[in-house]
Amino acid sequence: MYSIANLQNIVDNPYPYLQNLKNEKGKKIIGTVCTYAPEEIIHAAGALPVRLFSSEAAIHRADLHLQAYCCSLVRGILEEALADRLDFLDGMVFPHTCDSIQRLSDVWRINLTKTFHADVVLPVKLTTASARQYMIDVLDRFRSDLAGYLGKEITVEDLSSSVKLYNENRSLMEKLYRLRSKHPEVMGGRDYHTIVRAAMIVEREVFRESLEAIVDGLEKKVGSAGPSQAKRLVICGGVCTSPDIYDAIEEAGGVVVGDDLCTGRRYFDVLVDETHPPLEAMADRLIKRAVCPAKHTGITSRADNIIRTVRDSRADGVVFLLLKFCDPHAFDYPYMRDMLEREKIPSLLLEIEDQSQAGGQLQTRLETFVQIL
Amino acid sequence: MNQSDPGTMKTLGVYLFGQAKKLSLKFKKAPTMKDLMMVYYSEAKSAKITGRKVAWITSGGPVEPLIAMDVIPIYPENHGAMIGASKMGAGLCEKAETMGYSNDLCSYARSDIACATVNGGPIGGLPRPDMLVCCNNICGTVLKWYETQARYFNVPLFILDTPFCHTGYFDEAARYVRSQIDEYIEFIEGVCGKKYDFERLRQVGLLSFEGQKLWQAVLDTAAARPAPMSAFDAFYHLALIVTLRGTKTAVRYYQNLLAQMKDRVARGIGVVPDEKYRLLWDNIPIWPRVRWLSQKFASHNACLVADTYTSAWCGSMKYIDENRFIDSMAEAYTRIYLNIGVDEMAKTVIEMIDKYDVDGLVLHSNRSCKPYSFGQLDIERIVGEQRGIPCLMLEADMVDDRSFSESQIATRIDAFMEIIKERAKSRN
Repeated sequence: MYSIANLQNIVDNPYPYLQNLKNEKGKKIIGTVCTYAPEEIIHAAGALPVRLFSSEAAIHRADLHLQAYCCSLVRGILEEALADRLDFLDGMVFPHTCDSIQRLSDVWRINLTKTFHADVVLPVKLTTASARQYMIDVLDRFRSDLAGYLGKEITVEDLSSSVKLYNENRSLMEKLYRLRSKHPEVMGGRDYHTIVRAAMIVEREVFRESLEAIVDGLEKKVGSAGPSQAKRLVICGGVCTSPDIYDAIEEAGGVVVGDDLCTGRRYFDVLVDETHPPLEAMADRLIKRAVCPAKHTGITSRADNIIRTVRDSRADGVVFLLLKFCDPHAFDYPYMRDMLEREKIPSLLLEIEDQSQAGGQLQTRLETFVQIL
Repeated sequence: MNQSDPGTMKTLGVYLFGQAKKLSLKFKKAPTMKDLMMVYYSEAKSAKITGRKVAWITSGGPVEPLIAMDVIPIYPENHGAMIGASKMGAGLCEKAETMGYSNDLCSYARSDIACATVNGGPIGGLPRPDMLVCCNNICGTVLKWYETQARYFNVPLFILDTPFCHTGYFDEAARYVRSQIDEYIEFIEGVCGKKYDFERLRQVGLLSFEGQKLWQAVLDTAAARPAPMSAFDAFYHLALIVTLRGTKTAVRYYQNLLAQMKDRVARGIGVVPDEKYRLLWDNIPIWPRVRWLSQKFASHNACLVADTYTSAWCGSMKYIDENRFIDSMAEAYTRIYLNIGVDEMAKTVIEMIDKYDVDGLVLHSNRSCKPYSFGQLDIERIVGEQRGIPCLMLEADMVDDRSFSESQIATRIDAFMEIIKERAKSRN
């Protein structure tokens, strides 16, 4: 069982942790690049799904394959692989999301040593019966490809028990999310961020025990400190890998009480219905969960969702974190800002690079924003 | 009709102009692209009077089911190209930026989104759509762009979702796309309020296939030495295979064009005087600089004889069965050039290098188009390894002229042409 400090350590240095699991337990490690990765299937195969993030090193190897107008997340992941820092991986799963991830998969397949490589080409439109059927078929093809590669059958029972574990983790994450939303004083944003990232890396059984203990501890803390007086904010964007953002918001007199992020609620939103056949139920969850802007569930789904999130969490404003060169999010920003405005919800746009630390300018903008709330 | 309404009077004027123009073309043996585009846009802009429906559709989207129902297809991407070619791109892109759209986004999308709000651009804006048809076989950007326009115009949006074919076209994808063709037809029936005409679609399918064959034949003539046309000409003549695929107008136009090109080949007339070097172009044109680039290369006696862009509108003909058009179009529209893996794209590039017998490859690294541009560095490497010809990558943008550095690009083209010339000398 891990404490938050242990989890922090793993999130900061995931490779030794993963290499160790491989050496000691013979664990197969499968990299993923998106919250739409069907992790339950990977888990059911006895492997560990691990979300990859960008590089902390300077990017130069990836420059030979991807131009500078590709986002730092995609370039960073490629850099890590080309620098041989991901050699512990037994395979990669590329769910179809944006144009850049799509080409990352091609570049990876062409240039990197051959391990398991799967493109899970999920539907983009999630509103029709034919798209749902296609989603189920794609998940089933992935199940059979992965089983073939690992030489291990993946049965309905295997899937059901993985779904159950994942649901337990999602429920715990949801509990943590709601607890923090109601009583933000019990845990800083940095720790919440650590836990979300750890949820995508750490062995899921161990993670469940650890999270259970952490949430129990937090529930006991409720009431020990006075209620937070900070301005309540919702953050919205793609991947956030910089815990500094949470610190900066707190220093500016704000606190994050809700989010619409890949490294946040979009990862654990909605449970899989355990009374239905697992692949169908997984497809239904992927359709129902908070949507990524690279997929379609309606022309105002994301703005509707963020307004609901603001209302539910009684937030005072929204901070958009826009990763530079992330097209799907950049396209959604103007209309979401406008719809928030119509609801009299103030918002602030911060453009970030994946590796960037929160700087002085960002701090000033946050402070100014929090003051007007 | 309210005679005093200036908007209606203007539309009536556009309508009468279009009708007069159309009539005059009946007496013309070979109407020009400009003639045909004038008629096309005046018919589209007077659709309110004629009661025809207007659909905005992505450049790679299946237009045949619309044509068969007498719907006028409008291509915002073609409009984006016109905006770029008329050098109005930078202004409209700036306008989009003030609306909150990042300047890293696709400049077709930015200029079109901005244009819709001000009815600006070279033709005073596009006619208002009755429906939007978005096929994501070219990129994920079109999804976001069409969602934006669906909110702005408040009209129904149909998304044709064509799963990306990294390594192949799988059965489940085939079933999914095929069932969406039926959904598409139901969607059109709903907007038009009438039963679908399948017999007409069969005829349109035949014409579409015929048009694509002719377009490929036109492009093929550039394999001759000297080439009777260049990629820069193809960028111009492309408009009809994009906008009016499936009509007799397009078939006749390309029949005429093919005859002209064959005649030039027979008489040994090249488009670049004294053609010495032959090049292949990759990616969407740099629209505001097409003429400049054409002259620049010609000054080195180099002709861009072919390109991966204009051939995309006939590249998936191998999947079409003209007698089973509606069934085979699902596969043809899914397996187009941009919806396939980088390795398969490289294979296509190499086939074109051989077919057109080129001395070098020019790649436009287009800030606006990520799916077209990411992977180019690998294509460049693969071409180098397999064919050993020099490659030149130019960083620019298809519409937004602010990304074009003329002196730097001129220097790089000069240096590239020196390498090509040296290679040619050492071979002789």
